[in-house]
Amino acid sequence: MDLNISLAPDILFNIAGFPVTNTLLWSFVLSIFLMLVFVLIARSLKMIPGRWQNFIELLVEGSYSFVESTVGPGKKAQRLFPLVFTMFIFVLVANLAVYIPGQSAISVNNGDGFVPVFRAVMSDYGLVLIMTLVSIIVAQIVAIITAGPWKYLGRFINFKSPLAFFLGLMELVGEIAKIFSLSFRLFGNIFAGEVLGAVMLLLAPFFMPLPFLFLGLLSAVIQAFVFSVLTLVFISMASEVPEKEEVSV
Amino acid sequence: MDIEAAKYLAAGIAVGLGALGPGIGEGIAASKALESIGRNPEASGKVAPLMFVAMAITESTAIYALVVALIILFG
Repeated sequence: MDLNISLAPDILFNIAGFPVTNTLLWSFVLSIFLMLVFVLIARSLKMIPGRWQNFIELLVEGSYSFVESTVGPGKKAQRLFPLVFTMFIFVLVANLAVYIPGQSAISVNNGDGFVPVFRAVMSDYGLVLIMTLVSIIVAQIVAIITAGPWKYLGRFINFKSPLAFFLGLMELVGEIAKIFSLSFRLFGNIFAGEVLGAVMLLLAPFFMPLPFLFLGLLSAVIQAFVFSVLTLVFISMASEVPEKEEVSV
Repeated sequence: MDIEAAKYLAAGIAVGLGALGPGIGEGIAASKALESIGRNPEASGKVAPLMFVAMAITESTAIYALVVALIILFG
């Protein structure tokens, strides 16, 4: 079997010693594409929406009402919506870009061999980790602002009783485990989809990969949804004032 | 047994065992969700997204096993 699958993305070229990988290139292309689409739509807003404005409005309004139904209407939903929706739309477009036909055939010579120009953006663990860190750090900052710095620290380091100390440590481990579970879920799903597609294409070309492609399409949408919903849930959980402090311990 | 064969075997065992639990768990989640939709069809719009989120969380241990196997094979 001559599958060329690597966990690290391939380097296309260097700009002043900075290696530009294929996932980095594509994440920039997709970001610029998304910015262009939304800026152009926002510039030409009309009372009677055209086809594109209609589509974007449907998407934004649907997402906003979903966010409202999860965290409740009001200021919280308004503040959380931009971050969560940006994450959703970026992950969604990045996952769906895999299905542009023909892109996997384009390769470029980087000096020591041919490497594909396109690679699924979310199969680069670095990018997924950064997005996860953004959502976790925002959640921690929100928790500090809501509970106050001393109460926030008291959740993790607690000397009231041995049991409380142990529970605080468990809480700390849980916060760190969130980073791993959130990032590996997205990365693992997309990377596994890529590997599965490559293996199936090698074993039985043309017809065998089709059901797996459909499965991949489904998981592309669901993983984008799950990533943004979990971000939303983490942040809104962090912004809730803990009330059980007085009752328990 | 040489090291290459042991690697393939380890990757296979990791995914196979890691997929057992999440398979059962996702089945339970889906069956309960479908049951509740059957009992109250109007709630399907509310149940389905929650079911997907719950299933994705259940799936995460299988994904860990998969990542471990992929690192064994290609890392």
